[in-house]
Amino acid sequence: MKRRVLPGLPLALGVTLVYAGVIVVLPLAALIFKAASLGPEDYWRIVSSERAFASYRVTVLCALAATVFNLVFGLALAWVLVRYRFPGRRLIDALVDLPFALPTAVAGIALTTLFATNGWFGAPLSAIGIKVAYTPLGIIVAMSFTSLPFIVRTVQPVLEELDPALEEAGQTLGASDLSVFRRVILPLLAPALLAGISLSFARSLGEFGAVIFIAGNKPFETEITALLTFIRLEEYDYPASAAIASVMLITAFVMLAATNLMQARALRYTARG
Amino acid sequence: MHGNIGTQAKAGETGKAKGRGQPPRVGDDPLFRRILLAFVLFFVAIVVVAPLVIIGFEAFSRGAGYFARSIAEPDTRHAIFLTAMTALIAVPVNTIFGVAAAWSITKFDFRGKRLLTVLIELPFSVSPIVAGVAYLFVYGLQGLFGPALQSAEMKILFALPGIVLASMFVTAPFVARELIPLMQAQGRDLEEAATSLGASGWRTFFSVTLPNIKWALLYGVVLCNSRVMGEFGAVSVVSGNIRGQTNTLPLHIELLYHDYNAVGAFAAASILALLAIVTLVAKVVLERQGAGRVRRPATLAGNDAVYPEVKT
Repeated sequence: MKRRVLPGLPLALGVTLVYAGVIVVLPLAALIFKAASLGPEDYWRIVSSERAFASYRVTVLCALAATVFNLVFGLALAWVLVRYRFPGRRLIDALVDLPFALPTAVAGIALTTLFATNGWFGAPLSAIGIKVAYTPLGIIVAMSFTSLPFIVRTVQPVLEELDPALEEAGQTLGASDLSVFRRVILPLLAPALLAGISLSFARSLGEFGAVIFIAGNKPFETEITALLTFIRLEEYDYPASAAIASVMLITAFVMLAATNLMQARALRYTARG
Repeated sequence: MHGNIGTQAKAGETGKAKGRGQPPRVGDDPLFRRILLAFVLFFVAIVVVAPLVIIGFEAFSRGAGYFARSIAEPDTRHAIFLTAMTALIAVPVNTIFGVAAAWSITKFDFRGKRLLTVLIELPFSVSPIVAGVAYLFVYGLQGLFGPALQSAEMKILFALPGIVLASMFVTAPFVARELIPLMQAQGRDLEEAATSLGASGWRTFFSVTLPNIKWALLYGVVLCNSRVMGEFGAVSVVSGNIRGQTNTLPLHIELLYHDYNAVGAFAAASILALLAIVTLVAKVVLERQGAGRVRRPATLAGNDAVYPEVKT
């Protein structure tokens, strides 16, 4: 269909392109340009420095741990919200989005206060020898908080539209609840779960505000990559900042591509239903 | 959003199940149910409710008078003012962009549409810190336009324009991603009918399109505003953190917190926490009006042609 009946394309597309160009493309291009102008040797030296490597390790491992926690908790939360009726369900359903609505700095100081050794949760935990604030565990807590809604919100709609007949078929054939869950429900949820996981993981990799308050920010131990970028900037080491930021940007592109692949699969899956 | 659909479906199912004496569904075993519910409620209390409670608790830990004085501090007041100013500029501009983008993408066919959708969604995947650094390399002294801006004595970084630009980057997808799936699902027939009857483009938009998208638009605006007012990472890089001058409210919270003024920090944080609660309430209200209900993927990019139908 090539005919154009509606007016307004030049204006609307013009506004869109100018905004996307100036606000989104220009800065990212400038960053890539700056990082590229370093030359391969310098670039590699910066991004593979010991401190940078340690920061990747901390960031990736903590993001993985946070995602695993969110996978279990998020799936359970989505399940409870969809399948069970209990007082306060609507309230909890609304509260799931709190991590998106609450500014990250606010979440950061709140979580730090809760999990500091004299905090509501930090005190009992440190009594049994678990330190959360200013350790990698703290980073995991902050990342779990900020990325919690992703898995809940991707799984919830699929769970809602799950055909009960599929479960009943399994049950009437004598399968236990566990095996129906494992063999019938989980495979149906898998695409949505994968999409949620990749979103949650990507968000955790880039998280800054909530993490820096609780992390302790010790180089090699609790310093995330986003913070290292920021520190290099404060040291006026702009090339290093650009190089490390470009690593984060490339990771984000890879994650975006992965997410889209999974999303496309998830959509193919659910569109049939 | 999901709640409404779920309730109806569930009510029907349980009714049916009871009526015919069918076996309970998977996971309906009372003991399992109780354990799972306890597990979830425990973690909701720790992960979601407790952070919210402690903000209020700490903010008022030295009484309401101290709280009021903390908020009334000139630097805090200025931070509130700056945050409000940023939102007043960034949100409307972003809204116009979102509507324009949705109009172009859903009402027309052109080459590169998919790429444009990816571009609009991109900031969603980029770390705010990366965004801030990227802006530095455009407007900073060591950036593309830095020298030119300096000779023209125009200040973008470490001033309001930089804060607004960085905020617009991180929220660029917010309005567009609410509108695109909805307008895609609604199609072009109504608009085409209106223009073929002689209505102008603007008239078509305001009296045909807008009434159909108003709740989704408002939904996007609410989420965008919440993010703009709360943005920390990107703004932290471009603002320069000058106390009483370029400190937005989230940055001011960090400053107070590191000054060992925890009560002041939490008092300022309580304003943003209140904003978050208002945002959540507005979200629920708007979802009741049907906003955010189009079943959409969490990112739009990559599947701009396959939006399943609207759920009502």
